[in-house]
Formats: sequence, C-alpha cells, structure tokens
Amino acid sequence: MTSPETSTAPERTLGEPLLVVEGLCVNYGRIEAIRNVGFQVPERGIATLIGANGAGKTTTLKTISGLRPVRAGRILFEGEDITKVPSHKLVQRGICQSPEGRGVFPGMTVEENLDMGAYSRKDRRTGAIREDRDRVFTLFPRLLERRSQFAGTMSGGEQQMLAIGRALMSRPKLILLDEPSMGLAPKLIQQIFTIIREINAQGTTVLLVEQNAMQALRTADVAYVLETGEVVREGTGAALAEDDSIKAAYLGGDV
Amino acid sequence: MRRFLDAVGDAPRGVRIAGLVALALLAYALPLLNPPIITTPESDFRAVLFTVASYALVALGLNIVLGYAGLLDLGYVGFYAVGAYTVAVFGSLHGNLPFPLLMVLAVCITTASGLLLGAPTLRVRGDYLAIVTLGFGEIIRLVALNSEWLNGARGITGIPRPPSVELFEIPRLTWEGWVAYVDLGDKSVFMKFALLDATPYYWLTLTVIIFVLFADVLLQRSRVGRAWEATREDEEAAELNGVPTFRFKLLAFAMGAFVGGMSGALFASRQGSINPEPFVIQISILFLAAVVIGGQGNRWGAIVGAIVVAYLPERFREASEFRVLIFGLALLVLSNFRPQGLLPPRRRRRVNRETDRKQQMEGGVVHG
Repeated sequence: MTSPETSTAPERTLGEPLLVVEGLCVNYGRIEAIRNVGFQVPERGIATLIGANGAGKTTTLKTISGLRPVRAGRILFEGEDITKVPSHKLVQRGICQSPEGRGVFPGMTVEENLDMGAYSRKDRRTGAIREDRDRVFTLFPRLLERRSQFAGTMSGGEQQMLAIGRALMSRPKLILLDEPSMGLAPKLIQQIFTIIREINAQGTTVLLVEQNAMQALRTADVAYVLETGEVVREGTGAALAEDDSIKAAYLGGDV
Repeated sequence: MRRFLDAVGDAPRGVRIAGLVALALLAYALPLLNPPIITTPESDFRAVLFTVASYALVALGLNIVLGYAGLLDLGYVGFYAVGAYTVAVFGSLHGNLPFPLLMVLAVCITTASGLLLGAPTLRVRGDYLAIVTLGFGEIIRLVALNSEWLNGARGITGIPRPPSVELFEIPRLTWEGWVAYVDLGDKSVFMKFALLDATPYYWLTLTVIIFVLFADVLLQRSRVGRAWEATREDEEAAELNGVPTFRFKLLAFAMGAFVGGMSGALFASRQGSINPEPFVIQISILFLAAVVIGGQGNRWGAIVGAIVVAYLPERFREASEFRVLIFGLALLVLSNFRPQGLLPPRRRRRVNRETDRKQQMEGGVVHG
C-alpha cells in the first residue's frame, strides 16, 4: 500500500445513496435538538455535515448510531429502515461511529481498543483481524509505536486516531466520524483529512461531522449545513466552499 | 507495596498457583491452628472466621457488579436477605426442603430477583441506579418486617443445616504464649454442622469461595469480562462497538445476586434463625466499603476488603466503642492515600503509573 501522503485518490464512481435520513426529529426532553433533518450519503462517497457548535451535528450522528431515540422521521441504510435498530446491532450491519473527543477506552491498551472494535465480528479467530489491525497501523503508524500503551495516557490527537482505527476494525461499509479534527494542531488536522480520504479510497463510505468547515468541504463530495437543528443549505462540497454566504458564516478569515 | 504486588503479578504461573494453594490450605487450617495474634481474644474465633468468609463471598459478588460492570449498587444486602429468607421460608416456615435443594432454590430466586430489579433500573444511569438499589434493599427488609407470611419481626427459626457426615474428629491447638498444645478436649467433627462449632460452615463457605474465584477468573478473561470492562469505561463507545451493554449489565446484576444470595443462604443456615433486623442498609454500605477499600475490580482486593471490614472490628473489640469513629478515620485516610483501594487491579496500577510519569514529564500538567 502506498502511504497516505503520496497516494492520489483513484477514480471513484459514487453509487446510490447508502444512507438516507428523512425528516429526522430528536428531542432532549422538551427541547428540540434537531428538527426535520434530511440528507443522503452516496455509496463510496464522503458526505459532511457542517455547522456551528450546538447546531445538532453530534446529535444527528448519535441518532443514526441508535444512541438517541427518534421522535419522528426515519433512517434508511442500504434501503432498509434502521430507525429502531439498537446501536450494538448496527455494527453488524456495517455502520460504525468514531465518537467525538476522547471516546476511547482509557484503561485499555491501544491493541485492546482495536480488538474491541472487532468485538462483534464473526471471524474473530481467523487472521483477518490481524490483517485489519496491520491496516490500521499502516494508516496510523503512531498507533503502532504505542500499541501497548494505555489509551487514556495518550494525547488527544492519538486518541482521536485510535477512535477512528477502532471503528475501522469492524470493517464498516459506512463510517461516521464525529469531529475528527477537534483539538488537533493544524499539521495533524491536514494529516487526519488525508487519512479520511485514504479510508474512503479503500472503499468505505464516510459521513463526516466537522466544525472545521473549510477542510470538510474540500474533502466532501456532498455537504449539508446545519443551523439550530435544521438543514439550511446543501450542495457539493466544492460548490459550498465557494459560496460567499457560507464563507462569511463558517469559514471566517483565518482558515 | 507496589513493588511487592507487581512481583506477585509477574511471578511464574507455577509459583503463583503454588502460593495460592498454600494460602488456601492455610485458610482451611486457621480454625484449627487458632494462631496467636490472629485469633480473636474476645469473640469465638471460628464464628468470626465464618463471618469473614461470608463477607468475602458477598464482596466477590458485589465486585462483579461494582468492579467489573461499574454499577453502583447500594442495596446489595437485599439479595443477601432474599437468599437467607428463601432458605428460612422453604426450609422451616412453609416447607421442609433439604438443605442442598434450598441452596439451589435460594440461588435461583436471588438471581431472578436480580433480573427483576435490573430489567427496569439498569436503563437509568449512575446516581439514579444508586437510589433505586438503595430503595430495593430497604423494601426487602420492610416487606420481611411487615409480612405475616414471613413472620414479621419475630423472624423464622429452625432453619435446616447442611447434612452432616461425621467422618472423623480433628483436634485444635491452644496456645500459651508462643507454645502450642494440642487440645484433645476441643475437637471439630468433620463435617458436623451444628450451632456451637462454626468450623464446618467456615470450610463450606471457603469451598464455595474457591469455586466462585475460579468462575470469576474464567468470566473476567472471557468476552463477557471484556464487554463489562468496555461498558464500565465508556458505555456509549461500548455500544458503538457492538456490545449490547444493557444485556451485560443485567448479566452482572444477576451474577452478583447469585453470589450474594448464596452467602445469605449460608448465613441463615449457620444462624439457625433469622429476622429482618440484620438486613439493614448499614450492611449494604459495609459490603460496599469492603469492595471499595479492597480495590474495585480486583477479586483479591474484595477479599482483603472483606477481611478489613469483618475481621478487624472483631479482633480489636476492646476499641469497639470507637469502632465507627476508627472506621471513618481509616476510610478518610485510605481515600486520601490509596483512592483506588488497598489492592487495585493490576491494569489500574499500570495506568496510574503511566499517568504519573506523563504528568511528571509535562511538569505536572496534563495536556490534551
């Protein structure tokens, strides 16, 4: 495998929508967290949800993952309704989320965390797991260096990498990434986005939630802008990146 | 201390097993050896040993719930009471089933009560679970106290004992200073279950503990143990990785109830009679203290904790008036100097050390 830095993304043909979200409403008690959110993630593509803090991005991801109850609307994956499928069963269907921030198991080593990622796989006793672990180590050489270190003692960036690597261990068709660049140094942010493109090039569909709008839009095939719980804009990543109102609202002058 | 613990952990398998066998043999021999300093001058040493053993059994059960699955259960005495009452009700008050059958029944009923309590409550988190379990413990006691069918405050007497097989007599030692005499006048009958001599009960409980320890080791190293660990560390992340967390929490609850119920059943049989009085909330707290003092998540810690809370007060009875005070002070000291307990799990010790090292390297500040 070529290293992420030098690889050029192969020609991808985007397929039918792999994930379809329709009219999704989620409440926290009486407070509406998201309202009538709808979007699609094309197969083999990268879709992104951008928006400010509190716009409902994480809630949307957690709801797709089955961690939050849906008030109204539905979620289709490969054409099947998964709105009521519990979290732990979605992994077997091919959806895996890498949680926001330090969502790793702090008291487990890097290797044990990766093994947890393969928890629900049926081929646990074959060499496939080791192959996948090696694949993760190729993507994130830093994790290989720290393989027997406890996750809780690593830096934020390393934990973020581990969370993504752990999600990959389930061999997902669709990976949900919640703020993978949060709290990282600019150089590391570049690296993470390169790796996301690499993961996608290897055949995994990506749904990316980001505050780092510019990077996300440049990476994504399709993009949706969330504002106070609603989708207010949508388009291709490139188009939204050029849009003046988006630039003014999310990209600021310093990105 | 740390170095000693790590040396124990790093010792070759054979050495460790030999050490454990020796420790087990010593534990079996304790009531016969009656060793000075260790023996309790002011209370019946054999009875104390049985109490310590039954606390250790309870602590092992609670350790599954609290240490492995990370569920704060403040009403654990409820399961202990259910186990005890099952034996009393079906062995004496409303039936006369033989003891082995009673044990099986007690275990089944406590496990069922664990599932029954867990099914609705394990969906709530942290503080709420603590409150609900606290209520459960009290409800069990109050039901026993107010139910005519359970004989209310009068309690139940004539609880059956395990069948005795009187094979041979074993003399015990008495000590005058540091000189030991074989006391032929004070023998234990192997195994005669009676009110006066608690030794056979102690041996029985010790045997149960050893079986539970075996099961505990197997369970913790299995996929079940891994799932508990993941659930305890980060429930949402565990769920995202395909761990059905609710089911595993329920399993932990049921297993904890199972072990707690066994201990309660043995307690009832040893006492011969029970009433609702001993199943108060303070006992729940004491059980909890055993696990926390010992080190949550470490089976040996749970046993050490049980020895601390059940044995030390009996050994130093002369200070019994200040018992609660000393206990409180000890807990304060412990939570300051060894917040993870006396014997934290090996992994936790490693995590702590790495964190310490990292903090030193970063000048005492943890960066993101």
